[in-house]
Amino acid sequence: MIGTPVPPEAAVLLVPLAAAALLALLPGYRLSARINVVASALSLLAAAQLLFHRPGAGALLFVDDLNVVFILLNTLVGFTTSVFSASYIGHELEIGRLTRGYLRFYHAMYQLMMFGMNLALVANNIGLIWVAVELATLTTVLMVGIYRTHEALEAAWKYFILGSVGIALALFGTILVYLAAQPVIGEGPEAMVWTALIGRAAEFDPALLNLAFVFLLLGYGTKVGLAPLHAWLPDAHAEGPTPISAVLSGLLLNVALYALLRFKMLLAANPGAIAPGPLMVALGLVSLVFAAFMLYRRRDIKRMFAYSSIEHMGIIVFAFGMAGPLGNFAGLLHMTMHSLTKSAIFFTVGHIAQVKGTQRIAEIRGLTESHPVLGWSLVAGVAAIAGLPPFGVFMSEFLVVSSTFARAPLLALVLVLGLLIGFGALLLRVTGLAFGEPVGRTGPVRASTLPIFVHLALVLVAGLWLPPGVVAWFQNVARLLG
Amino acid sequence: MPKLYFDVAHTLAGSLVLLSFVMLYQRRLGALLNVLALHAAVLALSVAWQAHIQGAPHLYITAAIALAFKAIVVPMALRRMIVLLGIHREIETVTGIGLSMLAGIGLVALSMAVMLPVTAGADPVAREDIALALSVVLIGLLLMVTRRNAVSQVVGFMSLENGIVLAATGAQGMPLVVEISVAFSILIAFIVIGIFLFRIRERFDTVDVQALDRFRGERR
Repeated sequence: MIGTPVPPEAAVLLVPLAAAALLALLPGYRLSARINVVASALSLLAAAQLLFHRPGAGALLFVDDLNVVFILLNTLVGFTTSVFSASYIGHELEIGRLTRGYLRFYHAMYQLMMFGMNLALVANNIGLIWVAVELATLTTVLMVGIYRTHEALEAAWKYFILGSVGIALALFGTILVYLAAQPVIGEGPEAMVWTALIGRAAEFDPALLNLAFVFLLLGYGTKVGLAPLHAWLPDAHAEGPTPISAVLSGLLLNVALYALLRFKMLLAANPGAIAPGPLMVALGLVSLVFAAFMLYRRRDIKRMFAYSSIEHMGIIVFAFGMAGPLGNFAGLLHMTMHSLTKSAIFFTVGHIAQVKGTQRIAEIRGLTESHPVLGWSLVAGVAAIAGLPPFGVFMSEFLVVSSTFARAPLLALVLVLGLLIGFGALLLRVTGLAFGEPVGRTGPVRASTLPIFVHLALVLVAGLWLPPGVVAWFQNVARLLG
Repeated sequence: MPKLYFDVAHTLAGSLVLLSFVMLYQRRLGALLNVLALHAAVLALSVAWQAHIQGAPHLYITAAIALAFKAIVVPMALRRMIVLLGIHREIETVTGIGLSMLAGIGLVALSMAVMLPVTAGADPVAREDIALALSVVLIGLLLMVTRRNAVSQVVGFMSLENGIVLAATGAQGMPLVVEISVAFSILIAFIVIGIFLFRIRERFDTVDVQALDRFRGERR
């Protein structure tokens, strides 16, 4: 899109929006799947341009070092998931779980969801961020319920109700931020523009900001999946189509986290406000330890990895809560690594569930024997997510732990305990899944393994050698986050 | 600003809180929907009053949407739905009515205690509106928690949204973008709910959410 008049920050919005309109009209699923891939690739290209060309802050959209990380990650995983999705839904159509009409709907919703998430990331208006997060939520609700089974409907309903309540609380928090800004900046749209807010946040009424942050933390925290607000997350991950589980874990949780980080920066810029760190640290640790224990009792493979997402979001929120250049750097790196690894795991799990015809852990055994490629991918993915070297997750977790040990050894003990408990659960499960005598169906598999390999390769490379450019970039963002 | 302005604004916001309490003790779905319609109508009045005293004509749009959509269209549609399902006479509450009323009183006290000191510097109309709005939001949450019928959960959610609209309009000069988006998202949200209710009907022949709980993947 180089040389076109559309600026890249608008292109990451217009491409998915146009694609959604187009896909809603097209009947054929093969063509739709391809268009879905092409549109996601174009969004990725547009996002990549943001690395080199940084537009100035507008009243509605703006791009800085922080959201570039999120946008790039978002469009990258959106693209690889669309490739995975193309082969996944072909199979679902064959076995009759989805009909053509639903697929048309599915593809349109996929692009609409990408639009919503990208909009939340580039928006320069706290009201607009809220609208975008709500849009992304509604589209994913519809997609979670797309199979129309009992479980899928229950999951979608639960997700919808809890998500709406969370979002409603976040809006209340947003209104309170406006109320805090209004006496300083004046009435009107300007008092909701993030770049204007951050410039004068020091003059806001700290008490109002504190209260606003509590609502925002509860509201967006529900969407991040922090315990005890996580109840929707495992169901939504387990019952929806697997590509949606991948984007939920890999992207949507990050988008909500991004919104939270923006407000955290506002609080950090105000000397009178409470430090948001301890709240985030507490919620993060609770999520980590809780999810780590819950991992042991899972019988459904997608549900298990959903709990693992709660665990990792806990670590990430903890790291951002600890703040400081090192804490933020570690949080950012861990978020990137988690998105890449967890979506790769869901790609693998999606194919495994299709071959085996079940998601129950007890009915899946000996994958490395029956389906070596999928089996070993799963082993690699789980090793990565459990934090084994040489993968990138090891490095980011190591950074989180070591930076915490330096500042708050007691917290670090709890952190390490949670990590070890989760580690044990994952190892226990993966040995059953991957090794031993194969059971159940052992038919051949038509999997698109490329997205899995690309993600795992990226995580591996990041674990072995992080390019200095990326390090400098993340350090810069970490400073920005304060 | 004349004192009448404050008094009317507070009366309307206070009536919203009272109506939220009325919702808490409705036993039958039909009656609950009537109160929801009244709730939305009072909200529309309150928003229109804010439009008048703030001299903000765009708020009249929000008021009109609240009146037409939330006070008329939605309650009528929901009523049709419950008559079709044959559940317009039933309602179950998880906790007793007395207990939920007490909890409601506690929530109002809580929101007053939290909001009033915090907003001491803010404009007095906005200040008490926000405190009352928070009460409406919290009672809406309580309603959602204590009811297990899908329709009454929707009612709870709508009353919660009413509280948020009250807060948004109480905040002087809050940009129009937001009000429209709020109204619009309620519309979308309702469509979604509608679709889901019909799907639930297709699959379960009941809208009792607790009946859904059985199907949870792990309780087998």
